[in-house]
Amino acid sequence: MTDAAVLSVDGLTVRFGSVTAVDGVSLSVAPGERVALLGHNGAGKSTLFKTVLGFLKPAGGHLVIAGVAPGSDAARRAVSYLPEQVVFPKALTGAEVLTHFARLKGVAPKAALPLLETVGIADAAGRAVGTYSKGMRQRLGLAQALIGTPRLLLLDEPTSGLDPVSRREFYDVLEASARAGTAVLLSSHSLSEIENRIDRIAILAKGKLRAEGSLADLSRRAGLPIRIHVEAAEGRADAVHARLGGERVNGRSVVLTCRAEDKVSALASLAALGSDVTDIDIALPDLDDVYRHYSVPTVEGAAR
Amino acid sequence: MNGMDRMAAVAATEFRLAFRNRWVLLSTLAFTLFALALAFLGSGPSGALKADALTLTAASLSTLTVYLVPLMALLVSYDSIAGEIERGTLALVLATPLKRGELVVAKFLGHLAVLAMAIAIGYGIAGAVIAGVHGADNAGLIAWGRLLATAVLLGAVFIALGMALSSLPRQTGTAAAMAIGAWLILIVLYDLALLGAVIVDQGGVFTKTVFPALVLANPGDAFRLYNLALIESNAPIAGLDGLAHTLPFPVSSALVVLVLWLVASLTVAWTLTRRIRP
Repeated sequence: MTDAAVLSVDGLTVRFGSVTAVDGVSLSVAPGERVALLGHNGAGKSTLFKTVLGFLKPAGGHLVIAGVAPGSDAARRAVSYLPEQVVFPKALTGAEVLTHFARLKGVAPKAALPLLETVGIADAAGRAVGTYSKGMRQRLGLAQALIGTPRLLLLDEPTSGLDPVSRREFYDVLEASARAGTAVLLSSHSLSEIENRIDRIAILAKGKLRAEGSLADLSRRAGLPIRIHVEAAEGRADAVHARLGGERVNGRSVVLTCRAEDKVSALASLAALGSDVTDIDIALPDLDDVYRHYSVPTVEGAAR
Repeated sequence: MNGMDRMAAVAATEFRLAFRNRWVLLSTLAFTLFALALAFLGSGPSGALKADALTLTAASLSTLTVYLVPLMALLVSYDSIAGEIERGTLALVLATPLKRGELVVAKFLGHLAVLAMAIAIGYGIAGAVIAGVHGADNAGLIAWGRLLATAVLLGAVFIALGMALSSLPRQTGTAAAMAIGAWLILIVLYDLALLGAVIVDQGGVFTKTVFPALVLANPGDAFRLYNLALIESNAPIAGLDGLAHTLPFPVSSALVVLVLWLVASLTVAWTLTRRIRP
């Protein structure tokens, strides 16, 4: 945990009566870093967010935002929030909603309105929010969160229900603000959705942090096998199978499985086969397999 | 300074929304029509009575106002907190530097501005029409102005009450039910219960000592007694309102009661809002 972190969470525990919703979680997010919080419903993601916002009081541990306590004036100015489901007043226009939140955050509305352009709904600025599609409303929510260039963006399942194009543009906007120095902490159900759009992943299950690291790190540590699909030349499949082992599938293919660290040697022996092999295809472990590996609590080796 | 600007933003948005969803138009129409109906269709002024039309209508309108203004005030405010929880905007709003006390006060002021405008326009139009048709004297204008001002105060009490009730549940449906319940209890059932007790008591200790204090303790009754007690006329007065001229307290105590209700309701609304985990 570095001093430079915008958000540092250390041994955080949050309880609702006898239920421990967040259990000893430590996590930090540095400026310009995008971190995804992954977990099933009820894993503790929203509870963690609400504690960061100062809505819930921790039962134990420490939480520091931009050097101050959550919920304080300085913390509120540093943090922006976008919940999963937010319904802005239908009778207001997009520009009016943005103006309202700009004033609440002490930012000149003129400085905030260009954000409608940033998220791609400038054309609809003068239309009532009631006429917006789900994707447009979520974009408006993002524009609201970007007001005043926050130091930390908290996004609770921001892309659920968005079409793939909107989702991609959503992550493009996040990438731009991360590049400008904003720390981003978002939650998601699905690992495949955030592939390549995130620097680090933290997996929560039943309130506990199960794993943390880059996607490549997590995949490697999970030790899930890599599958190499080898296509043999006409009539050479049996010979290839005899040399490499693995599994013989359909007419002319062989599928090898190997550990990540054995990948290079496996490829070397493939190369030795020369013209017997016409094509190879390497499939890394399925992202959902990796996620399942960490989020199912009984799996051994899931600890950080 | 920032706090003032934040509160201005919240109040302005409430005001704008009340315009957009036609609330201002509808409530203004309601106030105008009821006041005019009382003036021209009711028992109303006739040549036989000495008091002028404005004074007489003010007297009967103060009785109607007790029903209408609290209802309108609760309608504008019941959704204010619970609705924002339900729609998810409260979490957003409270994630900004806006404080909960600022939110309560700003929403209250926004709603009050809307209601005060509707009352002022509605009763203003009706008063002008009555004065234009029947003429008006000073006493009538004063009675009308007093009615208008105290109606706004009564509205303020019930807006604050509606906000307090809105801070309890997390669903607007529950908040609406609670607001209707509050209106029924405070405006309708309370008076019925007191009348029943007086009949049973048959002029005993209860009627002479406890009863006037209990009537005065109710914000609706306090409003009505204040207006009726100050109208010097032989306008027909019935039921609990007979107390208006025999009240064992100074008339101004009715205003004190209204202000106390207002302060208490706002305090409860603020306290409850502080407990909300959006």
